[in-house]
Amino acid sequence: MAKDAPPRWDRRMQQRLARGEAAALGELYDRFASLVHSLAHRVLDDEEAADRVTREVFAHVWENPESYEPKQGSMRSWIAALAHRQAVQRLRKEGAAALAEGGEGSAEELERKVREASAAARADYIVTSMPAPLRAALELAYFQRRDYRQTAADLGVTEDEARRRLRLGLQLLSSANDQKRNGGSSPWRHGYGRAT
Amino acid sequence: MNPDPFGPGDGRPEDDGLPGAPARIPAPRESLEDSGRPLPEPEAPPIPALDHDVLKSLLGAWALAACAPDEAAAVELHLGICGPCADEALRLRDAVGLLQPEESLDLDPGLRSRVLAGCLDRRPPRIPVPDWAAPYDAETARLDALLQDIGDGEWHAPVRLKWYDGGSDRPVNRRTTVAGVIAHLLTVDGLVAVALGLEDPLGELTPDEATPWARTETYWKASHFPPTRTVRMPWREQSHALVRTVSFAGGGSGQLSVPYGTFSLPLRDSLIDRAFECWVHAGDIADAVDYPYEPPAPRHLNRMIDLAARMLPSALADRRREGLAAPAKGLVRAGSPGRSLRLEVEGLGGGEWLIALDSPGAVGSAEHEVAHVALDGVEFCRLAAGHVLPEEAAAGQDGDREAIRDVLSAAASLSRM
Repeated sequence: MAKDAPPRWDRRMQQRLARGEAAALGELYDRFASLVHSLAHRVLDDEEAADRVTREVFAHVWENPESYEPKQGSMRSWIAALAHRQAVQRLRKEGAAALAEGGEGSAEELERKVREASAAARADYIVTSMPAPLRAALELAYFQRRDYRQTAADLGVTEDEARRRLRLGLQLLSSANDQKRNGGSSPWRHGYGRAT
Repeated sequence: MNPDPFGPGDGRPEDDGLPGAPARIPAPRESLEDSGRPLPEPEAPPIPALDHDVLKSLLGAWALAACAPDEAAAVELHLGICGPCADEALRLRDAVGLLQPEESLDLDPGLRSRVLAGCLDRRPPRIPVPDWAAPYDAETARLDALLQDIGDGEWHAPVRLKWYDGGSDRPVNRRTTVAGVIAHLLTVDGLVAVALGLEDPLGELTPDEATPWARTETYWKASHFPPTRTVRMPWREQSHALVRTVSFAGGGSGQLSVPYGTFSLPLRDSLIDRAFECWVHAGDIADAVDYPYEPPAPRHLNRMIDLAARMLPSALADRRREGLAAPAKGLVRAGSPGRSLRLEVEGLGGGEWLIALDSPGAVGSAEHEVAHVALDGVEFCRLAAGHVLPEEAAAGQDGDREAIRDVLSAAASLSRM
């Protein structure tokens, strides 16, 4: 399936949601539910909690379609950011509540857990959003344990190109760890294909 | 030994900059191995001298442990003397830690309706989906989620479409593939699309006879190649377009007639019928690729059963005209109560229906009940889909055996490809 809907689709969807078209909400769900749910699940590691986040995110979009700003990025990235924020907030809130009730661990440990879960979910999003050739190269080199020469042969590209793809793919992925530097919103906002 | 003319240890002065370059002459080994002392590390491969751009380009492969040992050694050597590359190498190695296998979680199919209902509760829609289109909306979404999960190869898994031929009272079947089933749904949903003024997925191919069967066979035969997974997009786009269009047309459009070639249905029933077919064929696909597939939501299942129950009197009349069912036991004026069979469908989504036996114009009546059939909702749907024979359907029966046989056969005769 197409990962990046054309901007026209995004704007049209926004208009349809704004005018209260229930069928548009269904289409929105069909396109983004698995993205929202899997992001929330990566952060919270709990099926029910991920369901709740999914409900919250779609309710927010349905009630506030005008808050999407097409100039700032795709609807997909906007929804991913909403899902991520909701899930991280929930993880932090639940963790803090558990601590307040005398649960194990410290505030620092909770913060670290939140940070790690947050980066893991960003990384997932980045991998699923990056250009397919980069993703395929990472898949071969990391999950299939192919070296870059084998990767090049498998993909039918030069060794130079295989090295370039692996490096670029990791560079994109590394932005998932940049939470402090850019306030946590930037990985959702950029066209990954243009990064270098 | 060392094919790389610029490799280390060839005595060229440039090599002086590489402090880790190994000696060319190996240490004597015999005595060492006999001595019982620990053996030295195996001899490291010679480290090639690579220029900065090449080393930089290797950083990704290095972080993934996807370069040759001598290249890795060269990169590591370089990291000791090049700050920018060392910074990047660290970043990339941390990024590798973020690579995780994709979680293949199947979304709970019931989540969609819960999420949508929650949304619509908080902000009522100005343009709602008519309630008679809701089963079609839900079933197409459910099938699409199944298709999302299946692999490329599974699109070509063989599927046997089964239905019941009312004329010969025999089960019939037709072999196709998963992609062929979606093509079938695309072409028959296309009948509704055409009735709504949308584009016909068959385009110029449209056969003279607009039956579901003829349309499907025409579509299948039009290409030399069997359908592939590319059929998913047009099918899904069309199903979304149907829901969108009937929403704008409003609830009143439900009376619009949808011709099926040999008969027609009002739009509201037609979309229930398409939802039913979508579920039945999704079940065929799920069987073919060995996935579980649940029945529809009870309120949707109820509408499907209701449609079949309402179609039974005319199906009975058709069979009677062809001599396949017992003659009517008396004339019933249209709109008056007549001899009836009580159809009791058990389970979630079930209910009771009184089926007028002697004329489609008659009204089912509890006072004129001559027979009672009880069966499970999913079993009834399997019967109406032609997946189980009338005489084999697990049904509790009481009363006029002829009426029961005729009604069960009429239910099976509702099935199509």
